[in-house]
Amino acid sequence: MTTGMTTTSMTMTMLDDFLVRAGLAAVGLSLATGPLGAFVVWRRMAYFGDATAHAAVLGVALALATDLPIGLGTLVVALAMAVTVAGLSARGWAMDTTLGVLAHSALAFGLVAVSFIPNVRTDLSAYLFGDILAVTRTDLALVWLGGLGVVALLVWRWQALLTATLSEDLAHAAGLRPDRERLVLVLALAVVVAVALKVVGALLIAAMLIIPAATARGMARTPETMALGAVALGAVAGLGGLALSLWQDTPTGPSIIVVAAVLFALSTLRARA
Amino acid sequence: MSLITADHICVRFDGNEVLHDVSLQIVPGEIVTILGPNGSGKSTLLRALLGILPLTGGRILRQADLRIGYVPQRLMIDRTMPITVRRFLSLPVRVTDAAATETLARVGMAGHGADQMTSLSGGQLQRVLLARALLGKPQVLMLDEPTQGLDQLGEASFYRLIEEVRRDTGAAIVMISHDLHVVMAASDRVICLNGHICCEGTPRVVSTAPEYRALFGPGTQGALALYRHEHDHGHDHHEHDHDHA
Repeated sequence: MTTGMTTTSMTMTMLDDFLVRAGLAAVGLSLATGPLGAFVVWRRMAYFGDATAHAAVLGVALALATDLPIGLGTLVVALAMAVTVAGLSARGWAMDTTLGVLAHSALAFGLVAVSFIPNVRTDLSAYLFGDILAVTRTDLALVWLGGLGVVALLVWRWQALLTATLSEDLAHAAGLRPDRERLVLVLALAVVVAVALKVVGALLIAAMLIIPAATARGMARTPETMALGAVALGAVAGLGGLALSLWQDTPTGPSIIVVAAVLFALSTLRARA
Repeated sequence: MSLITADHICVRFDGNEVLHDVSLQIVPGEIVTILGPNGSGKSTLLRALLGILPLTGGRILRQADLRIGYVPQRLMIDRTMPITVRRFLSLPVRVTDAAATETLARVGMAGHGADQMTSLSGGQLQRVLLARALLGKPQVLMLDEPTQGLDQLGEASFYRLIEEVRRDTGAAIVMISHDLHVVMAASDRVICLNGHICCEGTPRVVSTAPEYRALFGPGTQGALALYRHEHDHGHDHHEHDHDHA
């Protein structure tokens, strides 16, 4: 029992280290962004991810104004945005334009709304670009809870999601409901946006979804290897970005994406060679 | 005893009635071909029978727990998705390696399990789609213009394959086709569609029916003439703005 106690207290002490918390947050987030990012790439939902992520800024403003937890405000607004966009796309709107309007309007409204709230202006960059070094134990718990929740949801619906992604008609003919599977992705996206806000920030969540998955594409022969590759690459980018940020005192969110982008560039070079 | 019964079904798109008052039955072991000009609602009928499309009228009865295999007209796989033939066969229901290997051999695709789906030719893709449908041990196999994009040789061997499937499994087969002369040889029953059922029956009966001649032109004796048919004929004019193929 004493060794158990020691291990527990050691873990607790480790979690006192902001760097350990930041590293764990980056890894926890990549668990969810890997497989979800693969679906975003396969289903060409990049702009969809942007619109949902940008809406998170509006969620921050709402949460601050009403004294609700930031995570909850973000989740609710991101979910509302994602459901709206999914609903519009099901009705066959001109998606490129509609998403462009929604994504940028959500960001602009969010930024204006936040500016009305006192004492937030200075923290704004934390919400836009992430503040992974300031991740608290509670934040960390939420990132892992959200991340594992999304993974569980995707694993549960995996076969149906893949079938519906390949062809809605094939899914229908097999007795599946493609619209319900779409909703699964929408829900997962909103959760990822809510937990990723603190790590990479609203502006770069979509990048965290797309770049590792796109990088993994070239190395994969099956959907599963692409999703797992995206998890690994996301984790490497997260930890690498963290190191870059410490070393050069750069903003962490952008640093993570810079590392992810460099990995992507290297993978295309390798594919050409 | 019928596997699927369509009872006076109607389907509308954007206010256009694409299918009007269509009734039909599919019984075990028969090969039924749905024939008709572009925009006549062939794909729509198949998709309605599959339960993909909502009906605006009538009803469709399926035998309880009916297993339906579906081979779509085409499958566009996004190049961003890496997926092998073997992996594709396990969607959405996982199948054993033994079953996958056996079925690939049956459709003439032995040894292609490790190929990427996006690298297949049109004919190979059709065969893989058929293999996937067969793995579900269907009681009804539905094919939407399965030989589109195949050359004549490929077409003939594909229809032979369908014939074998029917013989070996006793499944009913419902397919859409343009290729009139092949259809006439390979079908037990032909349904002529143009928004509604113009005529139906054995190939011999249908080919002499005046409705069929009106639909596919007067020169029904020569196979080549069949391709040069007029799309509008003596029935009430149907506007089909959308080709829901």
